[in-house]
Amino acid sequence: MSTNPRRVAFSATQAGLDASLDPRFGRCSCWVILDLESGAVELLNNTDNKGAEQGAGIQAAQTVLGANVQALVTGHCGPKAFRVLQAAGVAVYCAEEGTVRQAAERLQAGQLPQLSQPDVASHW
Amino acid sequence: MKTSEKERPLQIAIASGKGGAGKTSVAVALLQANAERTRLVDCDVEEPDCHLFLDAPIVQKKPVTQLIPHILADQCRHCGRCVRACQFNALALAGDSGVMVFTELCHACGACAQICPAGAIEEVSTPVGELIQRQSEKGWELVTGILSVGHAAAPGVISAARRETPVRPVPFTLLDSPPGAACSLVTTLRDCDFALLVAEATPFGLHDLELAMETSKKLDVPCAVVVNRMRPGRTLIQDFCKVQGVPILIEIPEKREIAESIAAGGSLLDAEPDLRNDFRNLLDKCKQMINSSRAAHG
Repeated sequence: MSTNPRRVAFSATQAGLDASLDPRFGRCSCWVILDLESGAVELLNNTDNKGAEQGAGIQAAQTVLGANVQALVTGHCGPKAFRVLQAAGVAVYCAEEGTVRQAAERLQAGQLPQLSQPDVASHW
Repeated sequence: MKTSEKERPLQIAIASGKGGAGKTSVAVALLQANAERTRLVDCDVEEPDCHLFLDAPIVQKKPVTQLIPHILADQCRHCGRCVRACQFNALALAGDSGVMVFTELCHACGACAQICPAGAIEEVSTPVGELIQRQSEKGWELVTGILSVGHAAAPGVISAARRETPVRPVPFTLLDSPPGAACSLVTTLRDCDFALLVAEATPFGLHDLELAMETSKKLDVPCAVVVNRMRPGRTLIQDFCKVQGVPILIEIPEKREIAESIAAGGSLLDAEPDLRNDFRNLLDKCKQMINSSRAAHG
């Protein structure tokens, strides 16, 4: 990571810093958006997209980009979503377990692995 | 027979909500029993299989193409309207990198090109599948639609298969439908003259028959039912059809010999030659029902 991200999206099961991470990206329940500088927390829903017939990852990437984040923390990321995120310059980090708060701490401590390519196949 | 009846070939879809209910077995048997007056179009383009049971020389192969968007990067203003217009999640706006197209998800609806205010979307003809036409010396013809691996837009290939010109004009075109009750089935059933709904005599079979029948009714396609794997005393399909007022035209018994024949690449008629006459009559019954349905609707 060349520059430290300020706004980060976390795939999560519900709102708030104590929410568990959701290992899925395209069909996760929601994203918790955390501003690492101010500590502000927002909720970004994935309700409409969760049950998409196809292209859930692409649409999820589009939604996350709309929240103007510089990084994403998720359990897994497939090839199409990864292409969109990479083209838009969003760094993708892997964390499958724990809460948003724990993942944020590990991210800031440089302990989360960054993906240089998708880690799962389509329709994982 | 009046001339008008002679002229227009009838399209009969063999459908069922459930996969593995016996659509292909019924379609193949219908074709074999009516070889001189039917052609068959395999509309199950994601996994066509009629050709496995029907051996005949290939007379034509041709690609199926669709218009897929191509973004003219120098004209694109990154407004994102095309992305929001796409109902298939096939487009994404990746910041300064501009609009990305995921060709394999595109259903060629053309909405993106229509809505683009900058004229930055060009529609390019792209191969998405193939049609294979086989012609038997017994008279019948088989058109197989094949969707290329990795593509999601089955309806385009199904429509192309349905539009294919017959090798020779015959009074009946049979359509072996894809399973499910989604857009692939709708594309196959739409504007058909009749639907033969194949249902297995099981609770699962009944559940999916309900879906297929509802689809058929919504599309205004008259239908009748073929009960497959019928066992004495198992009347759940019959009970349902009675309530719906939909006739059952044939019942195929559950027999090990039939399963063995089909597993070996043979057909229903190889195992049960006596059914040949029933399958000839079945087509005539469909025609009668089409005629009476037309009479009833004026």
